Amino acid sequence: MKDRINHMKYLPGMEVLEDSTIMSKVITAMNNYDYNTYTAKDVKRALCADNRTIEDFAALLSPAAYPFLEEMAQAAQTETRKHFGNSIYMFTPLYIANYCENYCIYCGFNCHNKIKRAKLNIDEIEKEMQAISETGLQEILLLTGESPKMSDVHYIGEACKMARKYFKVVGLEVYPMNSEDYKYLHECGADFVTVFQETYNSDKYETLHLAGNKRIFPYRLNAQERALKGGMRGVGFGALLGLDDFHKDAFATGYHAYLLQKEYPHAEIAVSCPRLRPIINNKEINPKDVSESKLLQIICAYRIFLPYASITVSTRENANFRDHVMAITGTKISAGVAVGVGGHEDEEKGDEQFEISDSRNVKEVYDALIKNGLQPVMSDYIYV
Amino acid sequence: MKNTTDKLILGGHEFTSRFILGSGKYSLELIKAAVQNADAQIITLALRRANSGSTANIMDYIPSNVTLLPNTSGARNADEAVRIARLAREIGYGDFVKIEIMRDTKYLLPDNFETIKATEILAKEGFVVMPYMYPDLNVARDLQNAGAACVMPLGAPIGSNKGLCTKDFTQIIIDEIDLPVIVDAGIGRPSQACEAMEMGAAAVMANTAIATAGDVPAMAEAFKKAIKAGRTAYLSGLGRIKENGAAASSPLTGFLQD
Repeated sequence: MKDRINHMKYLPGMEVLEDSTIMSKVITAMNNYDYNTYTAKDVKRALCADNRTIEDFAALLSPAAYPFLEEMAQAAQTETRKHFGNSIYMFTPLYIANYCENYCIYCGFNCHNKIKRAKLNIDEIEKEMQAISETGLQEILLLTGESPKMSDVHYIGEACKMARKYFKVVGLEVYPMNSEDYKYLHECGADFVTVFQETYNSDKYETLHLAGNKRIFPYRLNAQERALKGGMRGVGFGALLGLDDFHKDAFATGYHAYLLQKEYPHAEIAVSCPRLRPIINNKEINPKDVSESKLLQIICAYRIFLPYASITVSTRENANFRDHVMAITGTKISAGVAVGVGGHEDEEKGDEQFEISDSRNVKEVYDALIKNGLQPVMSDYIYV
Repeated sequence: MKNTTDKLILGGHEFTSRFILGSGKYSLELIKAAVQNADAQIITLALRRANSGSTANIMDYIPSNVTLLPNTSGARNADEAVRIARLAREIGYGDFVKIEIMRDTKYLLPDNFETIKATEILAKEGFVVMPYMYPDLNVARDLQNAGAACVMPLGAPIGSNKGLCTKDFTQIIIDEIDLPVIVDAGIGRPSQACEAMEMGAAAVMANTAIATAGDVPAMAEAFKKAIKAGRTAYLSGLGRIKENGAAASSPLTGFLQD
């Protein structure tokens, strides 16, 4: 389509990090990553190493590591226990709006998908938060569709202020913004920002994100760095595995997180591991491209390479997979999840972004963790 | 020397146990048994964990007869550590505080400079300040001058279970500083805790080594015994140990005739 805008060129008003070299390092390393060249010897060396290098990470993500999945799981579990013990942090997402100006062909919220749109007002937000806090949860993740017009920074800020009344930790999963906006939202009470890059292959990215600010690849990729410059305590990363070559996307995700922690040593790092799920009005995507085994290989590689990172396993996965992965390498789990707008206190007011597989409530997930020998933790942060 | 008179004194408070137990990283139900098996009189907890509402609140599981040692983990500078310490006191966790200030989420190494600043402020406010530090003699002296109740040099990075990687530097601090030296972090097995005590450490703090053991209460007991053995060995005066080779049978000074 000729009328699509250049996805590599910043739009007016988008902050450019002139001095940042992180994107070029990630993209160069990803392009050079030839995963078929790794051997069983490389994988064994990576598993035996004390501090794993980027080359070790590359080996662990390669097809050569696939026969070593059990060894990888054992190594990943050891690292998880060393850094986090058996603690698992619990949270839930709250979608406060689903208006979206982006046209992402795989997403249920995209602006051309005819779904029910909604935006909670502050009273409705408070009611939802009250209902969530009564479950015992102390951490909330606020989400919107990506519409700076319908869900402006001020609106999100008011939601953050309200969230701080009920929760100890407030995370954000909203559209990428400039560092001064992140600074404002941090002052309003948010301290964690997650942005999914979806795919690090800019050519593929361009074919999936046809319109809206999200189309601008570098602006999205540098969102975490802008969030840290704005004072956020931590940032989350994630590629939507299955959109493109998952070996390369997983490699880029881990390396991106690694480089940012190196540049900002105080930053807390989180990695999410979603893979494609079926969405409303689109039956063509095949979610089996990334099998459970391959997903586990990726998650274990993340853990072994980034032992200090928080790892979340999505409700897109079923309860059996989630419970087992939490016991190996996860540190954070959502519960009582609704992916439509609202839905915790009252009926959903807007349609859902995707289908979830694990619909257990907070108590059910809590009990499953205990049964699994894990310790649910509601909050591990204190604002001072 | 009999153990009944051998006391660990921190900020005027006396303890007979020299094992400080961590409370994180393992199931809450096991805390009580771990404390009992360890004979621990001091238990650390992260205030960020303790201040955690009604569901799975760690405070509900800590026996009331142990001294709480809230730590300031999560603090990235002296100001944040000071605020966390004050909050801990306000909500009734006592006057003890373990200062942990990290600006690095990967290795969790302590920031000595900020730790000195926080120690100075909190000691003046009457806290029993127990600073977690990287074993640097100059810093240990500054902490002493700032009013610390002890110094807590790390053996190895938190959670690493690598043991006394900093052995020689910790020994220098033990030899030179007139405060209790409590080896904290990185102790992975009872034998390493024992070694630290043989060196003259006043106490050992451990968490991950116990939390990641197959049987948490049993490992707490093993540490207790090792720490007692090491302390007794230290008080007994270790026998002569040759570091390199045996004693020469033909001494260099054998030619002397006077």
